[in-house]
Formats: sequence, C-alpha cells, structure tokens
Amino acid sequence: MSQQSSTSLRTPLGRVRGLGAAKSGTDHFWKSRVTAVANVPLTIAFVVIMLMLSKRDYAGAVKLVGQPLVAILLLLFIGSATYHMRLGMQVIIEDYVHSEGKKVALLMLNTFFAIAVGLASAYAILKIGFAG
Amino acid sequence: MAEFNLPKNSRLVEGKTWPKPAGANNLREFRIYRWDPDGESNPRVDTYFVDLDDCGPMILDAIIWIKNKIDPTLTFRRSCREGICGSCAMNIDGTNTLACTKGMDEVSGAIRIYPLPHMPVVKDLVPDLTRFYAQHASIEPWLKTETPAPEKEWRQSPSDREHLDGLYECILCACCSTSCPSYWWNGDRYLGPAALLQAYRWLIDSRDEATGDRLDNLEDPFRLYRCHTIMNCSNACPKGLNPAKAIAEIKKMMVARQV
Repeated sequence: MSQQSSTSLRTPLGRVRGLGAAKSGTDHFWKSRVTAVANVPLTIAFVVIMLMLSKRDYAGAVKLVGQPLVAILLLLFIGSATYHMRLGMQVIIEDYVHSEGKKVALLMLNTFFAIAVGLASAYAILKIGFAG
Repeated sequence: MAEFNLPKNSRLVEGKTWPKPAGANNLREFRIYRWDPDGESNPRVDTYFVDLDDCGPMILDAIIWIKNKIDPTLTFRRSCREGICGSCAMNIDGTNTLACTKGMDEVSGAIRIYPLPHMPVVKDLVPDLTRFYAQHASIEPWLKTETPAPEKEWRQSPSDREHLDGLYECILCACCSTSCPSYWWNGDRYLGPAALLQAYRWLIDSRDEATGDRLDNLEDPFRLYRCHTIMNCSNACPKGLNPAKAIAEIKKMMVARQV
C-alpha cells in the first residue's frame, strides 16, 4: 500500500497483496472501448456539422441544429465524448496523483466536470431543438 | 503526485575517471553508475577504459574485466553469462537488457551503464528486487488442481502445450517491469509485465483448474488495468518475449467471462 512507509515490517508478499483485488476494472476497460468505438463515427459527424455551421449565419445555424437528425447526432456525440473523457481522465488521475485525499477529491471533480459539461451542452442543443 | 525529479541526495554527479590501462591501444570507454550505501555521497558516474585486446566481446566481459583489472569495488550481479539466469539485467545504452547477451559492438560511442530504473539501489548496479519477486509469488506460479492427481502425470495435448511457448521462457530478469512507466509510478499496486506474463502462463495452461480464481485475483484497476499498452516491456525483453500481448490476452479473458 502506498501509504505504508517503506520501513514497515510487513512482509513483501503482504504488501503486494495489500487490500486484495478490487474485483472490478473490467467494466471500466470495456466502457472506455465501447465509447471509443462510438466516438469514431460521432466525431466525424460532429466535425461535418461544425463545418456546415461555419458557413451559416446565426439564424441558419439555429435552423440546422434544430433539425432532429443533427440534434440527435450532436447529443450522442456529447454523451459518448464526455463519458469517454471522464473515464480517461480518471485513469490519468489514478496514475499520477498518489496522495489519497487529493486523488479522491480530483476523481470527484472529474465526474462533476464531465457531467456539467455534458449537461450544459445537451441543454443548449435541446433548447434550440425544442424552441424551433 | 508522481515524482519526476530525483531527490536531492539521489542526483548524479560526475565521478572519477580511472587511468587508461598502460600499453593498450584498442580502448573502449565505459561510463558506469556508482553508489555506495556506506557513505553519505551522491551517486556518481565513473569513467573506465577497457582494453578490447584483452577482453571478451560482451558488456559483461568488460565489466568483469574492469572489476578484475581496474576497480574491485565495482558491484554487479552475474552468474550464467549466457542469458538464462537473468542476474546481469541492467540499463545499457538507455535500454534494459542483459549484460551477458549484449555485445559491445551493438553500442556506439561510450557505453553507459546504470542499474535497472526506478528500483531502490542496493549498491552500484545492484537493484533491490524484493517487491518484484513478491509480485511473482502473488500470482501463485504453480499448477493448481482439485481433481485427484493421476497415477502418472497431468496430461496435455501438444497443441495445448504450444500455448505456453513464448511464456515459459521468461527468466524473471525484470528488464520489462523496470522499463514500464506505469510500473515506475504505481509499482506498489500494479503487478507489472513480468508478473502478468507469468500469470498468463498459468491462466492458459490447459492442466490448471484455478483459472477463474486466478482471474479474480487479477481483476483490479491497479493490479492488471494499469497497463496502458505502452509496449516498453516487449521492446526491452532480452528473450524476445511479448509481455504486452500476454497482458492483452488476460484483458480479453476478463471481458470474455462477462459478455
């Protein structure tokens, strides 16, 4: 365990076994793969939609985002991308932040940030979609 | 945070340049990490010159030559001198490998030798591998069965036996694990490529009856899933094995039992 000092008299095998296997991790691994695969077509769709938006004025842009197919593609992209972002950032925090308190706080902030970004984006798209 | 700088008392300083052997004109320069646990001084890099006309062709030949002819205090592990014991694993020219199977002609310029990275140093080129061995023990590297033992041997078909090729040859030299950044930052919780390759060697053994228990023991965000397929392990392995592939196969087994 990382919080044990290196001078502890615990045996090397006892230290390696630590608190035992968490019996999880596969779900995280699988979900990051699923969202990665989903992100391939969704990112292409997102880039195409952005290029189309760049050629329109405000009214034209609102009209395009208001179309059901475009709005649904954008919502799917937001959902998949922010979920994938949260999973990836979680791994980076676990890799590099070793003090338990800081790690737990950052993992929470990471989740809050991903949900906030995802929800704000989805709200904007839905507002345009339903207002139109 | 992970520490990216060495602590002050671990930083390298320039060491001693030992005199060139008298009368030799075919010299090779060696820059070797030195640290003495009995002093207060920082680790240093000493410079030696080896007479190639009086020395075998391998890096291990050269450091044995240095120990015999120049500096008997130079400390390193070695035993079989033919790549089967794994004792002389060290960082040579920036890559973890075995000194006995690495030829001096494979390195250009001065030959730089350091201990295996990111392990506690016992002295000079000798790292402390206590935790590394405990990690190997933790995967319980022996055949586990509940079926009463047959009168003769546990039988295995030739094709099932072939699954162990590329796995059983591991000599536990630690070149792979100590080349892995994930193991550097989280070696206390991540088992590392060597232990995971050994774990897969028992997971894929058709005679073993504890496959599920073995997977349970590995199913952990740190023990197994700290592997981010960096692939340094497979690049470093002096036996030409592929620990990264073994780890990927374990991940596939984890998914296979869920979907």
